[in-house]
Amino acid sequence: MAVLVFTENWDGKFKKLSFELVSYAQKVAEKLNVPVVALSIGEVAEDELKKLGDYGADKILSVTNEYLKTLDNQMYTKVISEVAQKENAKVILFSHNNTGKALAPRLSVKLKAALGSGLIDLPSVADLFTVHKKVFTGKAFVTMELNSDIKVLTLSQNSFKLISSDNNATIEEYLTDIQESDIKTKVTSTDKETGKLLLTDAEIVVSGGRGMKSPDNWGPIEELAELLGAATACSRPVSDEGWRPHEEHTGQTGKIIAPNLYIAAGISGAIQHLAGISSAKYLVAINTDPDAPIFEAADYGIVGDVHKILPELISIVKESKL
Amino acid sequence: MRVFVCLGNVPDTTTKVKFTENNSVFDNTGVQWVINPWDELALTRAMELKEDSGSSVEKVTVITVGTKSAEPTIRKALAIGADDAIRINAEPTDAYDVAAKLAGVLKNEDIGFVMCGIESCDYNGSAVGGMLSEFLNLPSVSSVSGIEVKGEKVSVSRTIDGGKEIISIDTPFVAIVQKGISIEPRIPAMRGIMMARKKPLNVVEVPDTEVLTSHKSFELPQPKPPCKIVNPENVKELFDLLQNEAKVL
Repeated sequence: MAVLVFTENWDGKFKKLSFELVSYAQKVAEKLNVPVVALSIGEVAEDELKKLGDYGADKILSVTNEYLKTLDNQMYTKVISEVAQKENAKVILFSHNNTGKALAPRLSVKLKAALGSGLIDLPSVADLFTVHKKVFTGKAFVTMELNSDIKVLTLSQNSFKLISSDNNATIEEYLTDIQESDIKTKVTSTDKETGKLLLTDAEIVVSGGRGMKSPDNWGPIEELAELLGAATACSRPVSDEGWRPHEEHTGQTGKIIAPNLYIAAGISGAIQHLAGISSAKYLVAINTDPDAPIFEAADYGIVGDVHKILPELISIVKESKL
Repeated sequence: MRVFVCLGNVPDTTTKVKFTENNSVFDNTGVQWVINPWDELALTRAMELKEDSGSSVEKVTVITVGTKSAEPTIRKALAIGADDAIRINAEPTDAYDVAAKLAGVLKNEDIGFVMCGIESCDYNGSAVGGMLSEFLNLPSVSSVSGIEVKGEKVSVSRTIDGGKEIISIDTPFVAIVQKGISIEPRIPAMRGIMMARKKPLNVVEVPDTEVLTSHKSFELPQPKPPCKIVNPENVKELFDLLQNEAKVL
C-alpha cells in the first residue's frame, strides 16, 4: 500500500506545489503507516527528482515518454492509474490547480475512488475517512466523508507548509507503452511567458480595481509588485473592461488565490471578489470610501486615494531596501 | 454537430449561506437559484458558435440533473437560446453520481462536444466535467478558455501556467471551460423568454447510480477581527504593521 503523489514540474524544475504535496503525503502516509510514492511525468534531472525525497517521498517514479510532453488528460490518467494499481495506492494526491482539476476527477472514475477536492488540511483517518474543504466559494466549510477503498484528493495551493525529511528516496524509471496514436489532443501552438511569477504561486499579490480609474494608472501597482516580488491581479470590472488581461482576474469566476499578503487598491470588495481572496492570510485595503465592504474583510486599511497612497508606499519600500 | 451544455442549478452568488439540521444541510429557504456562472458562459459560447455560419454547430442542448424545482433555471437557458433541454429527474448528490447520470443519458446521443463549467459555485468540486469524460471514455480538455469551430474542425485554447496552448481535437470530446470562453453571459430577451415556453424540455429517468461521498457537517468561517485603520497621512505605519505585526514583508 502507498500514498501516491502526482508532482508537477515547469521546464524541468518542480513547482513549489509538488513539495507541498509530498509534505502533505508524508503526514497522510504516517497516519496510514504506508510509504510515499511520488510520480513525475516529464524530463526532470536526477538531482531535481531527489529533492522530492527531501520532503518525504520514499520512492520516486519517473516517466519520460515523449508523447506525454503536453498534458493529455486521458493518457495521463491511464499512466497514473497503472502506477496507482502497481503500487497499490490507497490515497492519490494532486494539486487543486489546472492540471489537478483536469486529472483527479478522471482518475476517480477510473479507480472508482471518492474524490475530495480543494482540501485545506489533513484528512482524518479514524473510523471514517473525512476531509475538510471550503464550499460556497469560501463562504463556508464542509467536513465530507469519503466512502470508498481508494481516495483521490486535491490539495489547495499554499494551504500546507513544507516539511523537510531526510529520506534517501529511490528513483525508478517507469516505462509506459503510450504511442502517438493514443494522444487525441494535439497541441498545435504554445504561447507562454517563462520566468514570470504565477498569480496562483505568489506569496504577495498587488491588485487594482476600478478605483484605479484608468489602465494608464497601473504603473504604481506594477512597481510595487516588482519591489515586493509580488504578482499583479485585478478585479472583475477591470478585466471585463479590458484594462488588464483576464488571467489577472481574481474572484468567484476568476482565480481563487491564497497568498500571504493581498493588497487591494481601489477595490470595493464585492462578495464575488472576496470569494476569490478569502484564503489570503493578510488583506490590506486602500479605498476612498470608508463604507466599502473591502474594509470588513481587510486586516489593515487606509481610507484614502490610491493615487497618493501607492506612490508613498513605494518610496517607503524603496527606503527600507526590502 | 450537436453541442451539449451541462447546467448546474446553484444558489445566486450573493446568497448568504445558512445551514439547518444541526449544520448538516444547506438551508435553501429564500434562495434565488441561477445557472452556475461557468455553465452560463459555456452556453453563451455555444450560442455564438451556433449563430456563426462558418461553424457546423447546428443544435445546442442543455442537460441537467435535478428535480422539477430546477425547471425555472432550465427555462432560462432555453430563453438564452438553447434549442432543447434534458432534465434527468433526480436530486443531485455528489459529483460522481451526477456525472454517472449525465453519462447514462449522453452515451446514447450523437455528440459533437459536451461543455461543462470548470466548477460549481456551491460545492466547488471541479469534478463533474472530468468524471463525465471518463465515464464516456472520451478525450477531455480542461481549463478551456476558447473554442473555435471551422466547419467540422475544432480547436480549443487551454490556459496553462504563464500562457496558453492551442489544441486540435476530433469530435466527440468534453470541454471543461472557464472564464474567457466568453466574457459576459447572455441575458434572455423578451422574445427568447416567450419562445422558451414552447421549446422541448424532456424529462428522463436513469437507473440508480452510486454516491461515494457525503457531507457530515458545515461550518461558517470565524468572524474576522475588525480592520485596523491606518491614517492616510502615515503610510509608514502600514508598512511597519505588515513588517512587524503580520510579518509578511
